[in-house]
Amino acid sequence: MTEHISVLLIIIPLLAAPLMVIINSPKFSWLVSLGVTLVCTYLAYILMTDIQRGSEVHYAMGGWAPPWGIAYLIDPLNGLVTFIVSLIALSTIIFARKSVEREIDSHVIPLFYAAFLLCFLGLVGICLTGDIFNMFVFLEISSLSSYALIGMGKNRRALTASFHYLILGTLGATFFLLGIGMLLAATGTLNMQDLSMLLPAVENRPLLHTAFALIVVGLALKAAVFPLHLWLPNAYTYAPSTVSIFLSATSTKVALYALIRCLYDVFSFNYMLDSWLPQALLLVGTVAVIYGSWLAIGQSEVKKMLAYSSVAQIGYIVIGIGLLSDAGLRASLVHIFNHALMKGMLFMVAGILVYRLNSTRYQSISGMGKRMPITFGALIIGALSLIGVPGTVGFISKWNLAQAALAQQQWIVVVALLVGSLMAVIYCWKLIEILYFQPATKSRISKVEQGGDSVARMPVGMIVALWSMALLCIYFGFNTELTLQGAQLAVDALFATREVLP
Amino acid sequence: MTDQMLMLLTFLIPFFGAIIISRLDNHPNVRELVTIATATSLFVVVLNLYLNFEGSSIIPWTLAEPAEGLAVTFVINKLGLMFALIASSLWLVTSIYAIGYMRSHEEQNQTRFYVMFAIAIAAVMAIAFSDNLFTLFIFYEVLTLSTYPLVTHKGDEKSKRSGRVYLGILMGTSIGLFLFGILIVWQLSGSLTFTEGGVLQGHISSGWIAGLYLLFLFGIGKAAVMPIHRWLPAAMVAPTPVSALLHAVAVVKAGVFALLKVTLFIFGPELLQGSFWYQWLIFLPLLTILLASLVALTRDNLKERLAYSTISQLSYIVLGIMMVNSIGMFGGALHIAMHAFAKISLFFAAGAILITAHKTQISQLAGLGRQMPFTFGVFTIGTLSIIGLPPLAGFWSKWYLIMGGIEFTGAEFIRWSIVSTLLISSLLNIYYLGIIPLKGYFGTSQDTQPSVGIKEAPLPCLVGLAIPAALCIYLFFHPEPFYSLAQIGSQGGLEPGSSGAQNE
Repeated sequence: MTEHISVLLIIIPLLAAPLMVIINSPKFSWLVSLGVTLVCTYLAYILMTDIQRGSEVHYAMGGWAPPWGIAYLIDPLNGLVTFIVSLIALSTIIFARKSVEREIDSHVIPLFYAAFLLCFLGLVGICLTGDIFNMFVFLEISSLSSYALIGMGKNRRALTASFHYLILGTLGATFFLLGIGMLLAATGTLNMQDLSMLLPAVENRPLLHTAFALIVVGLALKAAVFPLHLWLPNAYTYAPSTVSIFLSATSTKVALYALIRCLYDVFSFNYMLDSWLPQALLLVGTVAVIYGSWLAIGQSEVKKMLAYSSVAQIGYIVIGIGLLSDAGLRASLVHIFNHALMKGMLFMVAGILVYRLNSTRYQSISGMGKRMPITFGALIIGALSLIGVPGTVGFISKWNLAQAALAQQQWIVVVALLVGSLMAVIYCWKLIEILYFQPATKSRISKVEQGGDSVARMPVGMIVALWSMALLCIYFGFNTELTLQGAQLAVDALFATREVLP
Repeated sequence: MTDQMLMLLTFLIPFFGAIIISRLDNHPNVRELVTIATATSLFVVVLNLYLNFEGSSIIPWTLAEPAEGLAVTFVINKLGLMFALIASSLWLVTSIYAIGYMRSHEEQNQTRFYVMFAIAIAAVMAIAFSDNLFTLFIFYEVLTLSTYPLVTHKGDEKSKRSGRVYLGILMGTSIGLFLFGILIVWQLSGSLTFTEGGVLQGHISSGWIAGLYLLFLFGIGKAAVMPIHRWLPAAMVAPTPVSALLHAVAVVKAGVFALLKVTLFIFGPELLQGSFWYQWLIFLPLLTILLASLVALTRDNLKERLAYSTISQLSYIVLGIMMVNSIGMFGGALHIAMHAFAKISLFFAAGAILITAHKTQISQLAGLGRQMPFTFGVFTIGTLSIIGLPPLAGFWSKWYLIMGGIEFTGAEFIRWSIVSTLLISSLLNIYYLGIIPLKGYFGTSQDTQPSVGIKEAPLPCLVGLAIPAALCIYLFFHPEPFYSLAQIGSQGGLEPGSSGAQNE
């Protein structure tokens, strides 16, 4: 059964998406999406626990044996990431219904959900596949659908943001494809396991170096690693709230997964060690932390602030990858999980603000803390987690990362981590001060239809989704069995094939 | 009921008290009753813990373990019990006082005030009983965050600015330096549990000890060692009960308490005694003592002068801790208690003056003592206790601090600096605090106020004033409770009383 799960995760959303377009009813589409994500989350959970118990899944698509056919290879690493993606998708859909009704014209709602499921499917596919070209295909599926999703934002600037993302994203995908092409030319195979065995013997080193550089840059663009992050703030800000929740929590994370997979699995460890990449990643990550936090401080709009904070948080993950150690990679993986949780939740808060106040500007939410205690209670948990206060998930990842950096005596990195936390205090506190310690301004609620009760009441789905994420943020801050050990298993699996450890 | 249960109750009672209080916004009388009831029950629980301490089981209780070896753990311990005893008894007194103060001053947002106060006390209790550096750090931050709304209570631009300074300095130092220090300790030794004799022994080269200690000395910003002291005067915009309990007792003492724990149970006295560079760090508290006293002289605002006096007195404690001999540390620990009672009397008196006569500047106080004899009487007692004159409690701690200075084992030059600083600062104390009651009783004001007879603060305030002042006197004759608790557990063989002056 387990081996079929891997392909079911792809097939179910793939079948559901066109179905929604055909039936063309908003309510039905939402129900189907809910069902699909629910089933996928369940399947992903089973898959992950199965894998963690030691079984490894190789699934040859269509019965064609690898390396000729497309193979799905699932180890603890992609099991974990798949589960994160499904979990976030599920909570996003629970959240989405009312928010989508408000922000999207009703006749495109089925298309919206279809695009959403396609995006989800693409992200899951990237995780599951063991074939590098297949990975590219899924990357494109998810990217194309996310361009469409972002473009559906109400604000007209959503179109520019989407176009901007389209250009940069396509650039990244092209780089990635070129890299893959060169690898194919050098080795004649696209299967990742095969590649990793054949690559060390390749004689044409310049070709290999070029492919390496192209793949790294291409994926870094997708992952919004500083300084290739320029598409991210606007895309997250102007996209419909549901989309910002989902993309912020998953798409960059999956691109980072792909990066980890390519760096550690396809290109061997030794190859990485010889290159300039580890130092570059450390540098880039450190700068990203400071730069992202710095810009987040200056923002006066919740979504944009969160977007820049994401740039900083991606920096942490990149640092972990660049440390090239067991502990560093583990911290990165944990942070992928943890950051998905907290950023998803924080964007949900932004979504609720859009839904109820139709604005996320600081000036229009001042003093709302007491009037919307449920929403902003969750926001405080998220903010504490971004800062890295003990008892939240943010602390777990930062602690692990700091330990990993200390173990290698990377003092600058440790200092950057602490300074980054301090800057997070500033940008979060700025928000909390506005919410709780400023008198409520005359609320400038605009564009909400008269007589609507949206300002007064919050849909149940939103509360459920928001607070389950918030409680998970706390739960995984205390009980790290699932996250830390899952990450540890994943790291072990990655390193198992490479006997060398620095 | 087991002792563990009692220990848990010490932070659960104020926490749940806070929740109940927050629901009583429309019933001020019930709300205040609940506050008093919460404070009383907390005090009873802590007292119970203290009375049963000798026979109690000291088994740590773990709440959670987020990462391997990194647990949120609490345990009953002597020093913690002492701190809890001070904070809980004074919370009760402050609550009584606050009712009179807040009502006659017609403050806004009183519910938020009582709620945040209770949460801050819960954090203090958790700090007192924390079993490792990690737990201590968490609740240290909780304490910072929960006191922010109290500092900015007024809500105007000035208090917000002060709030930012407060939060900025405390958060900045704690994350930037304290956490950094914790990380290094963890990396070096793999343990953060408070262990007798320290966990760093054998894990650190002696050259680095002073550097690491400096991270903690400045990182624990609540200890207000210069130049990390700016937040304390800034916090004085808060209502007086806050300044009194939190910024003379709970918050600042949490700082020195944390430093004491770190010195004793993370570094270990032996390790520090062996370090050459470490002893020169003692000049930091020494300079703070002198500079803060000198700055206090120049301040005309009464609360601000008291704040600088607190900074200087805190460094007495830091100094005692940093002497790392048993008598000095005993003196430092004792000073946590003795200074608390004296300083809270002073603040209460200042608050009473504010709400009765609406005076905040020292220069305006001339002649006021004849109008408020009781308030100024309490102020005098507090002043004398701070100066360290018998028959007041402050005498004991100062005695042991000076003894500790004399027995200091480092360089001769440092030893004499310690002793002479302590003496000079006592003289400065006499001047900058002593002048206030003198002015009150004997001064004549320029704008001749017609004598209006005796006009004191409301009754709850007077009750609040009387208790700590009485304790200042009582503790001179019976300091035993704090004697037994302040004896540093690790130094079993060295009885501080053996140096001759124990009052038994």
